[in-house]
Amino acid sequence: MTQVTTSIPPPAVGTPVVEMRGISISFPGVKALADVDFRLLPGEVHALMGENGAGKSTLIKALTGVYTIDEGTVTVAGTDHRFTSPADSQAAGISTVYQEVNLCTNLTVAENMLLGREPHRFGRIDVKAMNRRARSVLDRLGLSIDPGSSLGEHSIAIQQLVAIGRALDIDARVLILDEPTSSLDADEVAKLFAVMSDLRDQGVAILFVSHFLDQVFEISDRMTVLRNGKLVGEYLTRDTTQLTLVEAMIGRELETLDRLEHQAPTAAPDEARVPLLQVLGLSRKGSLQAVDLEIYDGEVIGVAGLLGSGRTELARLLFGADTADAGTIDVRGSRRRFRTPRSAIGAKIAFSSENRRAEGVVEDLTIADNMLLTLQAARGWLRPVPQRTRDRLVEEYIKALDIRPPDPAALMRNLSGGNQQKVLLARWLITQPELLILDEPTRGIDIGAKTQIQQLVAKLADEGMSVVFISTELEEVLRLSDRVVVMRDRAKIADRFNDESVTVAGILATIAAGGAELKEEDSDA
Amino acid sequence: MTTSTSVTVSPTFLDRVRGYSPPRRYLPVAATVALLIGMFGAGSLRYQGFADPQVVLNLFVDNAFLLVLGVGMTFVILTGGIDLSVGSVVALSTMIAASTLQAGWPAIATIIAVLVSGTLLGTLMGLVIHYFEVQPFIASLAVMFLARGLCYLISVESIPIREAGFTAFAQGSVPLPGGYHVTPSVVVAVVVFAIGAWVLHMTRFGRTVYAVGGSESSAHLMGLRVALVKVGVYTISGLCSALAGLLFAAYTLSGYSLHAVGMELDAIAAVVIGGTLLTGGRGLLLGTMFGVLLLGTIQTFISFDGTLSSWWTKISIGTLLLIFVVIQRLLTRRQN
Ligand SMILES: Nc1ncnc2c1ncn2[C@@H]1O[C@H](COP(=O)(O)OP(=O)(O)OP(=O)(O)O)[C@@H](O)[C@H]1O
Ligand SMILES: [Mg+2]
Repeated sequence: MTQVTTSIPPPAVGTPVVEMRGISISFPGVKALADVDFRLLPGEVHALMGENGAGKSTLIKALTGVYTIDEGTVTVAGTDHRFTSPADSQAAGISTVYQEVNLCTNLTVAENMLLGREPHRFGRIDVKAMNRRARSVLDRLGLSIDPGSSLGEHSIAIQQLVAIGRALDIDARVLILDEPTSSLDADEVAKLFAVMSDLRDQGVAILFVSHFLDQVFEISDRMTVLRNGKLVGEYLTRDTTQLTLVEAMIGRELETLDRLEHQAPTAAPDEARVPLLQVLGLSRKGSLQAVDLEIYDGEVIGVAGLLGSGRTELARLLFGADTADAGTIDVRGSRRRFRTPRSAIGAKIAFSSENRRAEGVVEDLTIADNMLLTLQAARGWLRPVPQRTRDRLVEEYIKALDIRPPDPAALMRNLSGGNQQKVLLARWLITQPELLILDEPTRGIDIGAKTQIQQLVAKLADEGMSVVFISTELEEVLRLSDRVVVMRDRAKIADRFNDESVTVAGILATIAAGGAELKEEDSDA
Repeated sequence: MTTSTSVTVSPTFLDRVRGYSPPRRYLPVAATVALLIGMFGAGSLRYQGFADPQVVLNLFVDNAFLLVLGVGMTFVILTGGIDLSVGSVVALSTMIAASTLQAGWPAIATIIAVLVSGTLLGTLMGLVIHYFEVQPFIASLAVMFLARGLCYLISVESIPIREAGFTAFAQGSVPLPGGYHVTPSVVVAVVVFAIGAWVLHMTRFGRTVYAVGGSESSAHLMGLRVALVKVGVYTISGLCSALAGLLFAAYTLSGYSLHAVGMELDAIAAVVIGGTLLTGGRGLLLGTMFGVLLLGTIQTFISFDGTLSSWWTKISIGTLLLIFVVIQRLLTRRQN
């Protein structure tokens, strides 16, 4: 359970358990998939790769019966199928975790995991047996939450694990995981991978989507690459390098993926400078212990820490999304109290939430409307943004973030997950805040776009914007930030300048040691 | 990382009682119960005979049909829908019952005819709502007009019911220990309530109702039978309306096109006051029962007083509704 085996023999090319041939799907105005072939062998982990909007999720939904296929055939275990609903494909042994958490927050964890095949006794649901069964699946994933608790009480990461738990409980011959690791930390990924290798050894065929190349190379045996809705090819992982994979995905040489120029760290703040934001003893019972923090103009503060370490809680307190029990916030030397996000927005603070499905995306509005939402709200409804400005801003950010489709009138619900994330980012950038808090801004974003976003953040910081950058990906935090704040157990345990001596391994060690060995180097003093 | 609440050794019963704090989902219902008790306390202080158990039983007697309607309405509202047709379907049911009995049908045939037509109307509505993606508000509004119109088609006059079985049912009395009594319709209502509660809280269908109310698209992707549930709840509501219509026909011993005007709003009010969220996904059937009792208590209050005009009923129901909607808002906001 603890160690991920990497020396799995490649699966024998036997009869595929899933075979899709010539799949085409069109949405009004978009050809999402064009003549795509795909096969999945028993006992393999098969990674489906491609940029944001390449058609990965669409292919999955075509397979599981969420979308109807315009052309092509689907064969599962030798028989032709035309699934018309997710329930159909589930009945045929295909168990799916869709991108984004698709569960019901009003039900309990156990109900979310087992509803549809819950144990019965005397004609009624046997709640005890259900909780017990859920418990054992959660144990496999190393989760110690109460199966009887309501799902809505838990963080997005835990909800994602519960969704995975739901899929694991089904005795499936095909397991599909669409970006299951996007909000998990290294530990949880390791546990998930251990479970996945177990299943693979039992002969389950696993389809896996992720934008983390390291993960893909660690766990997968075979890869299929899509680009713009077309099949690029199928590769054996051990014969492929990251470089060739990326080139296959983006369809050109790798020039745009240059490593980000490390920002020259801003000059050390001298005593006379007034920080943009000075936080003293900010805390909230049960979610964050007293935190001190100083943020200067043009600084990028990276926040590192495991899930549940208090990263998101810190961000929410800074933004007024939750109210603090104690502590003070000074903005440019004057005391402010943020009871609501509105007051924080008034102080030119912006916050892009990690929970985009619940707190960010307005699915029924267009890209343009979603982008302009906060700008308009900040101006008040009586002063509409002039049409010309709107068009210009929207066009600018669609281009800057390479949003696809580049159509301001496209509905948000029809965008791929990564592109929705880009629109949300644009929404906050447009308000030109002085402090931008980004909670997992690059989640679900492909590596090309990730670099673009990082470059954009660096550029904005150069222009004077301060950024709080929260990410599970430590490499990203280190690449971008001037100062690194490390959180653990809902408290800040370290805060230091990001110079050459700070490494991913060092931060992990700090977290493991509870901050002890970095105490004396603490630059905050 | 995450707070671990799992207990490895099973706790003793005492431990469990001591460590028990009511889950948040019971809070709205608790608020309703508290209000109900408070109202009864106030009533028994002010008016003699108010605290008599028979007064409580009479709440059931006078509101048996409303309770039955409330059961169906709770199913619908829990999925995030609404059914405005129930009042008209009650009226239509009384008309079908009265006219067929007048035509000499045996009581059992009448009952079957009423139940089948109500259920069919409900199913029809559910099919339209689910498969044509029509707003429940609109679809049920249409059925509301349709059913009311059908009443007039049958007769514009009130039709009395003189059939022996119905009158026996109407005048029947079920003795309870202690010299108290209820009517047979109360028994019917309580049975309907018990079946409803069982289905809602103990079966897959019931849990799927909650799932659909929580997030329909998630429920669909989870492979749950959303279509069955969505059509199902309107069917149940239709059946309940027909049954409530039969009870109402027995209660008034007549069929009339103007029966039960606005009763759909009473039913919705009872459900909401009982703590069920109009947006779906949260609420208990037990709450609906207390909601019905609370509405009944307000009426009793006013009839005991004698000097208060009947519009005070409406005013207090309105005030209560507002209070409850605000309470719900606060509760759910804290939850997020
Ligand atoms: N329901 C829909 N209506 C219209 N267009 C859609 C719909 N669903 C997806 N699309 C479009 O199809 C294309 C493929 O989207 P898909 O979600 O499959 O991408 P993806 O590869 O999963 O990307 P990501 O990595 O961002 O999740 C995108 O251009 C998207 O805008
Ligand atoms: Mg996707």
